[in-house]
Amino acid sequence: MTGNGSKAVIEVADAKVSFGAVKALDGVTLAIMPGECLGLVGHNGAGKSTIVSVINGGLTPHQGSICGDGEILARYGINAARARGVRCVFQELSLCPNLTVIENARVLHRHLGGFGWRTRAKEVVERSLDAVFPGHGIASDRTVGDLSIAERQMVEIAMAFSDAGTTPRLIILDEPTSSLDASLADRLLAHIRRFVAAGGSVIFISHILHEILTTANRIVVMKDGRIVAERPAAVWTEQSLVEAMGSVVKGEAHRRKARDLADAPVVVEQTGRGMPFRARRGEIVGLAGLAGHGQTRMLMKLHATASADWLPRRDPAIAFVAGDRRLNGIFELWSILKNLSIASLGDLAVRGVVNSGAETERAGEWKRRIEIRTPDMANRILSLSGGNQQKVLFARALSTRAPVVLMDDPMRGVDVGTKQEVYEIVRQEAAQGRTFVWYSTEMEEVCLCDRVYVFREGAIVAELAGDAVTEENILAASFRAEAA
Amino acid sequence: MRLTVSADAVRLTIPALALTLLLAAVFWLQPRAMSYIGLNLLFNLAVPIALATIAQMLIMAVNDLDLSMGSFVSFVACVAATFLRDAPLVGTLILAGVVIVYSVLGIVIHLRNLPSIVVSLGMSFVWAGLAVLLLPAPGGQAPDWVRALMTMKPPIAPMAIVASIAIAILAHLIVMRSSLGVVIRGVGGNERSVERAGWSVLATRAGAYGLAGIFAVLAGIALVGLTTSADANIALRYTLLSIAGVILGGGEFIGGRVSPVGAVIGALTLTLAGSFLSFLRISPDWQIGAQGAILIVVLALRLLLNRIESGETGR
Repeated sequence: MTGNGSKAVIEVADAKVSFGAVKALDGVTLAIMPGECLGLVGHNGAGKSTIVSVINGGLTPHQGSICGDGEILARYGINAARARGVRCVFQELSLCPNLTVIENARVLHRHLGGFGWRTRAKEVVERSLDAVFPGHGIASDRTVGDLSIAERQMVEIAMAFSDAGTTPRLIILDEPTSSLDASLADRLLAHIRRFVAAGGSVIFISHILHEILTTANRIVVMKDGRIVAERPAAVWTEQSLVEAMGSVVKGEAHRRKARDLADAPVVVEQTGRGMPFRARRGEIVGLAGLAGHGQTRMLMKLHATASADWLPRRDPAIAFVAGDRRLNGIFELWSILKNLSIASLGDLAVRGVVNSGAETERAGEWKRRIEIRTPDMANRILSLSGGNQQKVLFARALSTRAPVVLMDDPMRGVDVGTKQEVYEIVRQEAAQGRTFVWYSTEMEEVCLCDRVYVFREGAIVAELAGDAVTEENILAASFRAEAA
Repeated sequence: MRLTVSADAVRLTIPALALTLLLAAVFWLQPRAMSYIGLNLLFNLAVPIALATIAQMLIMAVNDLDLSMGSFVSFVACVAATFLRDAPLVGTLILAGVVIVYSVLGIVIHLRNLPSIVVSLGMSFVWAGLAVLLLPAPGGQAPDWVRALMTMKPPIAPMAIVASIAIAILAHLIVMRSSLGVVIRGVGGNERSVERAGWSVLATRAGAYGLAGIFAVLAGIALVGLTTSADANIALRYTLLSIAGVILGGGEFIGGRVSPVGAVIGALTLTLAGSFLSFLRISPDWQIGAQGAILIVVLALRLLLNRIESGETGR
């Protein structure tokens, strides 16, 4: 591998891809050298996922060429890419949930077949899991569907780094840390550094800028299907990256002012193990703690108690923004419009018949308000990028009249600009008396909340309010047992 | 490690429990059934049903559903009772041909992105029509070797039991242990990820349909071996029986979650449920309803157990 040190592992030259009227890639030239970690940042819909698809062979560019190790690859496809050692971890989890970890390894490594493949697959996947996430505690004969979302992501990442015949040379990680908590993310970043130091290449896509800054050697900024900036990582700062992406981070200024909500009526209440949960009218309540410590279950419980069992209620009491949008968020076969209006069809209907005029109007209003990037709301939801799909889910919840909105880590894989827009909408809505219960794995978001409950081992262990909502306090509460 | 064992075990517990309970009830009602001949009589007809259930399970593993299973098995039975006996070569060719047709159906369904329910519903009329052309009236005769095979008397357990176990082991090896089986179930679980790993989903689906065709052909032959003659409508109820067998055995309609051993147990349970109701002297008018009731009870039990299990592991 060191022999062709000067030649790019994969080089894409002047690639153009368009989906209908949308130009997903508008002449992108990108080369990935051996022994380098390339950071890729950009808005949702900037074309990151598209360039990834081109590199991994899933998408043939309508124009442009692909070279590998200096030679032009005329027939480049998934199998050709895999044969060259290109692996990809996708933004949405893409294992087979009905198969065990071992069987998923078999599906991923085509050449593992033959008698006794189970033993070989087990060895390959366990070696890689141990290398990337030491002490992971995942038994390789478990069914993937039974694993938590963080464990699934760990398995998927380990799969990409695993070596069964073809050595992985270029690994594309698209938002790999979105479901991992801080300590797991650190382990992954450390492994990326080791892998790169050993001569491997990584394309690293993340919206968590400091991860990119500390891990990548070179950072490429994309915008509207083009590369707008490319510099060594050392020259970048968080601020300059965000500026290059074209959206403005207000730093600490977006910290909301402490509001006195003590007199506001309590709208949601839940008691269980640990401290009781309470949310007042107009309050933004954060659920924090390490991923998978009962936050989502709490949201589900709140939703179940507040929503009607049999008959739909005239006035919706609660709306839910799903985090795992493939699992319980979007209707994949429906249009953007239908996906948006489904929660408020009751309001849009007259005597049981949906008023399509009002539906289109409302959809248009939300399209403007949160800038869903599509030429036509009648397009299928899957034509949108991940972040824009998430925006639609937000619009779905916010367009109802429900006084309480539950959010299950909805910003997973959403770019900085969109986040700022959504934060702003959340603040406005809260000021008008809506209550938000917000589970987030990102500290920045948790710090936006009026009050924060920290979860540990399925129960609330701490309540922080106002100025006490700080990263140190939350971390202290999440880790107390482990530290002692 | 222990977790998976229990999760898999739970999937198999309910069908196994249902079968044991029914068997105990039958023995209690009719102690004479507790013999070599009695067991054979009880489970005789389960063999073709088990084969058809495995066929259906393969289709369901790729998130499809075959509504032509009954008429296809009937058609195969008619071929087996006519051509396979009178002109073995032609008969074999016909049967090989229809297996290929099954593969082609899988290809067409995949390429044109058609709903398998519609395609197989259409095909059910084709098979039924062909069967009527072959045997307008009940008749024909089973080939002697098939008859001999199905009426064989193995030393320890009756043929029906031995055959069921053999089918279960074979299907388990193909579906759960082999690479092809893993990829087939992978297509049911997450088609995109299988595609991204570089497999041809088209070939996999064709393979699943082809395998299903083979098992369905075996079901038809086994059926003729038991009944000695065939009829164009001989196996019409197999369509629903096979689906019920898969579900009863712990399978699911979508997501590639299937269990071959469970499917065979499901088929045995369904067969036994019929005998049990006869022993209870329930009039045939009510039998189908009562069979449905048994199905509902078993499925409700499974749901309950799943809920208990997820409650425990969730903590």
